Amino acid sequence: MSGNTKVKIGVLAIQGSFAEHCAHVRRAGGEAVEVRKAEQLSGCHGLIIPGGESTTMANICRRWNLFDSLRDFQAKGGAVWGTCAGLIFLAERINRGAKEGGQELLGGLDVTVDRNFFGSQIDSFETNLPCKIPGDDNGPFRAIFIRAPAILSVGDGVEVLGEYVLPAEKRAEIDDKALEKIIVAVKSKRLMATSFHPEITADTRWHKLFVEMAGDCEAYVGFGEDAVAKATASEIRLVDPGKLPVFVDSVFAGAAMD
Amino acid sequence: MATEAQKGTFAVKVGLAQMLKGGVIMDVVNVEQARIAEEAGAVAVMALERVPADIRKDGGVARMSDPTMIKAIKEAVTIPVMAKARIGHFVEAQVLESIGIDYIDESEVLTPADEINHINKHNFKVPVLCGCRDLGEALRRIAEGSSMIRTKGEAGTGNVVEAVRHCRAVMGDIRRLQSMDDDEIFVYAKEIRAPLELVKQTKTLGRLPVVNFAAGGVATPADAALMMQLGMDGVFVGSGIFKSGDPAKRARAIVQAVTHYNDPKIIAEVSQGLGEAMVGIDCKEMHFTSYAARSE
Repeated sequence: MSGNTKVKIGVLAIQGSFAEHCAHVRRAGGEAVEVRKAEQLSGCHGLIIPGGESTTMANICRRWNLFDSLRDFQAKGGAVWGTCAGLIFLAERINRGAKEGGQELLGGLDVTVDRNFFGSQIDSFETNLPCKIPGDDNGPFRAIFIRAPAILSVGDGVEVLGEYVLPAEKRAEIDDKALEKIIVAVKSKRLMATSFHPEITADTRWHKLFVEMAGDCEAYVGFGEDAVAKATASEIRLVDPGKLPVFVDSVFAGAAMD
Repeated sequence: MATEAQKGTFAVKVGLAQMLKGGVIMDVVNVEQARIAEEAGAVAVMALERVPADIRKDGGVARMSDPTMIKAIKEAVTIPVMAKARIGHFVEAQVLESIGIDYIDESEVLTPADEINHINKHNFKVPVLCGCRDLGEALRRIAEGSSMIRTKGEAGTGNVVEAVRHCRAVMGDIRRLQSMDDDEIFVYAKEIRAPLELVKQTKTLGRLPVVNFAAGGVATPADAALMMQLGMDGVFVGSGIFKSGDPAKRARAIVQAVTHYNDPKIIAEVSQGLGEAMVGIDCKEMHFTSYAARSE
């Protein structure tokens, strides 16, 4: 990164928690732009694939030929972080729970993922987990799992940044009795993935880590200088700040927790 | 170091609604329709026995759907499955919770079971959403534990006018609230019959403290984009899809229009050759039954 220009992070804005991610990127000191079309990737150092429904996102990406551009972005050295649905996008292997007829993925991250590992919404949960971000000693983070996928195994060179020890009742349910814990956060070179949602908590540590990672990457020029100028001039619409609530700190959430 | 996992907290309930933002939720009555909806890019499906247009036509008492049908749909798709319970019918909600439904809609489209009280939604681990016509009604539902709100509109009419009215009412109320002096909000909370804490929170956020979808009359891609431009977080389409000439194509088009709601060129492109839209109903007709007026 040169001078004091901000690291530019594109957030895939097809569907899901993209507004929340944009807000957190800004809090973490980066510049956030919504990406709906390929040319909006121009000038980005990093890309976040947010939480949402992976089936829906894949569907719309295919419709507008976004997959090729996203792959090109990844190949040319951009940093990519997937949360929840985004993790499914990045995974090399899904071992269970994919949509009937299969679904197209971006791939690149050497992990095996079980989609909807925890079951339906009634089994969604939040908990405190020890944070393994290198150099971070600010204590545990609040992990919110919404119909979350789990990482069952990782390949060589994939760094594990978060794990969740399965409670006895969950272990009784699953077939693999040897499975004691699952992996919920990983990093591998320029790729990062989390199965929980830091964007809907008040914690910006994960976003700071990603903005740092992306800061070491070159800005994407897949569409030439013209596209960059065009995208900057008209195509990139900054998110309306009125759309950026982070609900968990709400007064009411406390009252309803018990 | 690690603490107990907490299920069914308000953050977890609102969290699922946040993941649905920018998406389309479609009414389906069987497995085939659910698969079409999923293929088209729906973020969730609402499983019910009859779409609102048919409930209007058939008349009689409309109740929760048969759990067999809901379970079959849950088996067939990977996206979240929602189902409707009657207003105030907490046992229907208990049944839906027990079969592992992802979201319950306490809906005025079904015949209310209690004309005074809504379900106490704090009692449920499964998230529950409700309809509203203005800010006061939305905040009363949130006080009862609703973790997602939608406009009531008029379901089964294919006429977007009431959804627009309710959306404008909520957004306008919030804009007025934001311009108020802090001393004035006590009386305002009383006037709109909403809890003070939630009124304060809405003023601070400048929006509802939960996700807010449009519902009740959306029938075309342009309708859906209109609701998004008016500031809604996503769209429900009920009868509009499977009562039209080419459901699969229309479903796909509405999904595209919601993602690209600010791009008229794309909305034009996806609106082409969709075949017949559902027949609409004028909400000012003499014998029109308003579902929205069934609760407050």
